[in-house]
Amino acid sequence: MGMTIAEKILAAKSGQNKVSPGDVVTVRLDTIILFDNNFMPSNWRDIQHVCDPERLVVVFDHRVPAPNQLAAAGHRTGREFVKRFGIRRFHDVGREQGISHQLVADYGYALPGSTLVCSDSHTCSGGVFNCLARGVGGPDIIYAAVKGETWFRCGETIRYELSGKLSPAVTAKDAFLQIAGVYGDHATQNVEYGGAGVASLSINARKTISTMSAELSAEFATFECDATLRDWLTDRNSMAFSAVNPDSDASYKALRFVDLSQLEPLVALPDSVVNNSQPVKNLKGTRIDQAYIGSCANGTQDDIELAAAVLKGHRVAPGVRLIVVPASQMVYRDVLKSGAIATLMEAGAMIAPPTCGACGGGHMGVLANDETCITSSTRNFKGRMGDPSSRVFMASPATVAASAIVGSIADPRDFLQ
Amino acid sequence: MIFKARVWKVGENINTDLILPNRAFYLPPEEQVSYVFSANRPGWAEEVQLGDILIGGKNFGMGSSRPAARSLKNLGLSCLVAPYINGLFFRNAVNFAFPVVECEGVDEAFEEGDIAEVDVIGAKVRNLTQSRELSAKPLPAPLLAIIQAGGIYPLLEKEGLIKPKAIANPKR
Ligand code: SF4
Repeated sequence: MGMTIAEKILAAKSGQNKVSPGDVVTVRLDTIILFDNNFMPSNWRDIQHVCDPERLVVVFDHRVPAPNQLAAAGHRTGREFVKRFGIRRFHDVGREQGISHQLVADYGYALPGSTLVCSDSHTCSGGVFNCLARGVGGPDIIYAAVKGETWFRCGETIRYELSGKLSPAVTAKDAFLQIAGVYGDHATQNVEYGGAGVASLSINARKTISTMSAELSAEFATFECDATLRDWLTDRNSMAFSAVNPDSDASYKALRFVDLSQLEPLVALPDSVVNNSQPVKNLKGTRIDQAYIGSCANGTQDDIELAAAVLKGHRVAPGVRLIVVPASQMVYRDVLKSGAIATLMEAGAMIAPPTCGACGGGHMGVLANDETCITSSTRNFKGRMGDPSSRVFMASPATVAASAIVGSIADPRDFLQ
Repeated sequence: MIFKARVWKVGENINTDLILPNRAFYLPPEEQVSYVFSANRPGWAEEVQLGDILIGGKNFGMGSSRPAARSLKNLGLSCLVAPYINGLFFRNAVNFAFPVVECEGVDEAFEEGDIAEVDVIGAKVRNLTQSRELSAKPLPAPLLAIIQAGGIYPLLEKEGLIKPKAIANPKR
């Protein structure tokens, strides 16, 4: 019996011929990403040795620029760490900054067949690059930085075969909300995305799906390697790589089919992403106080330009705050050049610097009691973006933008044909 | 590693933000414990007694990488048993030496307040109040070894790879 993508990379990186569900293996890590939260006083442990500074990346993203003294102290600890061990790939506040998972995309840090960890749960984002990427914990990341390896428990794999092409104003976020709504959590399991429909999705769109797979509780979320991916990577990273595609007789726990052409805009109701999706038409008219476009899942150039296309010639409704956060400085520069930022600002959006910001309830748009937000970010847990009594609906950037115009949850197809 | 104590029960899909909310994120670990479940079960953290056992529902611990398992441990709970556990929460639990047991059907086999006996190594969960026994998924040996060593940090400290740091702990 053959292996899935995740099983093949687990085997190759642990020096085994075969890895099967249930196995626990120790794996060599190619890329280890630390971010500002790791350096905060309640989390940091003073590292005396690193495995190899060339395998490390340090990013400040969750609290950027420092909103308070604690964050500032964490950033300072991080800068000292970078200096002490001579870490070259350092994304400090400045030109190369961004949300870690976006930087992985911008700079081609995750190569096909490689392994990558970061102690942020959405690290499975890197699976879009045919890479075995996983969010680990704080202790894990310190162990990884020191030893250059970690343990993984291999789960069973669910494969999604995508077909067809999305309709206008329907996005990869809606495809994800369809999967999460119908199939619920995938805890202890890997997900693998493939099929002819993948070719119609940009890397940014695929990345929305791999990133959001953290919400399925998936272990690893992987895509196959195709020409679109090769082009993306060769533009950004000169290192050679070899793609890992699943064996033709790989064994899957389940094979599921999603026809992209049949999808419509969806919204996840507050408090949970899984088993909680509704067609946007069922929620039309739900009043909002805030609309948020950003995060590691939906702060890409595609997302911001889509929002601008919806908002072009319109104004944000009175009483609604639209906050747009490009996921990295590179994305920000691109959307400045394309004119999307000017369109959004003309419509009344506030543009925040690249940061996790209000996605994690940190700063830049935290919600007050009883407020309602519609967000394109990754999570809608109770109290995620602010006060526990606030409500967070989740949808695509197109749906969020349409809702900002109307002042209540709205269908993006009314604005984009 | 056998724990015998009163159980507390929570529902399905308990997420990390309920265990360790954003408001408590940067507090010292010993202060974070009073925020556990403050949004869904206010006041509960004060009622937990040293050694109590938590029984969770399906997909326990979904969400972020934050050290939510450390809060449950620091609260004084002896272990967590749930039908299945989010992989990232599971990693944090092992690495912070908070024993976790995956046991199908456990959410239905207990009422809150029942007395449980959890044999982590033997992979058995007993409801002593209702005289029932369930088989759990055995913890792989290398992960059991990490828990028995007190988690990952003591391992690294022993080798001099990280500096020791005393973590204050109010309940144990
Ligand atoms: S944008 Fe949100 S989900 Fe993504 S890394 Fe930041 S806090 Fe986590």
